[in-house]
Amino acid sequence: MKKYVIIGNSAAAIGAVQGIRSVDGEGLITVISDEPYHTYSRPLISYWLEGKVDDEKIYYREPDFYEKNNVMTMFGTRAVKIGDGYVTLENGGKVQYDKLLVATGSKPFVPPMAGLENVKDKFTFMNWDSAKAIKEKVKENTKVLIIGAGLIGLKCAEALYRLKADITVVDLADRILPSILDVRAGEIMQKHIEDKGTKFILGASVEQFAENSAKLTNGMTVDFDIVVVAVGVRPNTELVSEAGGKVEKGIITDMTQLTTIPDVYAAGDCTVSHDCSSGTDRILALLPNAFMQGEVAGKNMAGKEAYYLNAIPMNAIGFYGLHIITAGSYDGEAFVEENAEKEQYKKLVMKDGLLKGYILMGDVARAGIYTSMIKEQIPLADVDIELLKTKPQMMMFGKARRDEKLAGKIG
Amino acid sequence: MKKVYVNEEWCLACHLCEYYCAAANSGAENMVKAFANGNKPIPRIQVEEGSGINFAVQCRHCDNPLCVKGCITGALSVKDGVISCDESRCVGCYTCVLSCPYGCIVTSENSKVIQKCDLCVKNNNGDPACVKGCPNKAIVLEER
Repeated sequence: MKKYVIIGNSAAAIGAVQGIRSVDGEGLITVISDEPYHTYSRPLISYWLEGKVDDEKIYYREPDFYEKNNVMTMFGTRAVKIGDGYVTLENGGKVQYDKLLVATGSKPFVPPMAGLENVKDKFTFMNWDSAKAIKEKVKENTKVLIIGAGLIGLKCAEALYRLKADITVVDLADRILPSILDVRAGEIMQKHIEDKGTKFILGASVEQFAENSAKLTNGMTVDFDIVVVAVGVRPNTELVSEAGGKVEKGIITDMTQLTTIPDVYAAGDCTVSHDCSSGTDRILALLPNAFMQGEVAGKNMAGKEAYYLNAIPMNAIGFYGLHIITAGSYDGEAFVEENAEKEQYKKLVMKDGLLKGYILMGDVARAGIYTSMIKEQIPLADVDIELLKTKPQMMMFGKARRDEKLAGKIG
Repeated sequence: MKKVYVNEEWCLACHLCEYYCAAANSGAENMVKAFANGNKPIPRIQVEEGSGINFAVQCRHCDNPLCVKGCITGALSVKDGVISCDESRCVGCYTCVLSCPYGCIVTSENSKVIQKCDLCVKNNNGDPACVKGCPNKAIVLEER
């Protein structure tokens, strides 16, 4: 009987459990996690913080998931070393594996900032414990300084806005959400959020922290009760690099999710993916990506050949009630439509005869049809471009492709 | 598994399937009550109209369901081949809207959670309402 060990307990790990069990109903699966919780959805921590999702609904899989899949769990246990068929635990214990998955995710990056040690209530926002710690300190009118106007910082801001906190967001960049929005879409979103009362100070960073205030590089001073640092994340790659595995921006794997160490696989936010929309290798820290990589890893671990292909950056996310769906890369010829009054924005980016990326804000209906164009690399020559520009619709495909798609053959 | 298919040649673009679908999933006992008092229940099937060609599109219940795999909460799941949404666990993030290659996950202003076709297995309709109601037999439930 095969022994499978999975380090991590989030989307990639769950994908791997499901992938293994789709092939091997018998083998022993052990999940090791330093967190003490049943698998929960990390993106839900902001919903939990604002009170929209309670303790019972933050779980990523039903309570009997491990039992049903016959998985042994070791929670609240940190793995400190891998290699030679064993995972070594912090307490000195060893767990033997035939196939191992490293699904260790990422950790918040806190850059050195002068005087940060003076701040008593400082937090990051990456896991349930961090959300719990923040919740204890925030009530109506609590002054919150968030460093970072990216996805994590603004999801935290939104949750705290619902808790009626007084929020200021500072970012070194001169615009918000630069990883997923272009300049104009960023402006529309910024105005939308500012209209709700959240303040932005952009193009500035903290020069010096005091216990309850921050002096910024632009001369302004911001008073606060608590600080949340959300400037970025770093992949947890140490287990693999210390075992001699190849690590660049993240853990390097092949298309089966195998690392350069025999029998050791990796999946999720700790790994590098190939972005087929830009042709570059990068970390795609996205839940769907993590789940699907994990599933592919699991199948391969259990002996069934599977490949993870067609990865692209993609995000569906809302802030303060305004939805955005984005995918792909934005290098190419752009078609743009805007209705500022309705807070609607659409950008389609085309290059080399393909749809490469898009931004939809406000009206996001049927966006997945655009996503499939990018992932499947369907030539623009094969679709009705005018219909493509109007809205995502199956009508834009020719009858043959539509028959194939609607017969469910690609799915 | 039997799925809903649409024969494009026969679709009249009458949109009746949308009304039957919306009514069947509204919880009301009939169409009159479903649309009473200005209610606008949402259909989970959508008719696309073109020049000389029309067709309805609804969930394909894919064997490799990108919506389920991408769902951030676990609200979407597959049971006996039917993909359905546990609305109590959906937070309306729309990752499934981003993922569905057919544009079959439905959103609306009057609901924060998504809606999708579940082949009428959760309502009291029996066979899919769109299939039963199609006046020109363009929508069929069959094994292909």
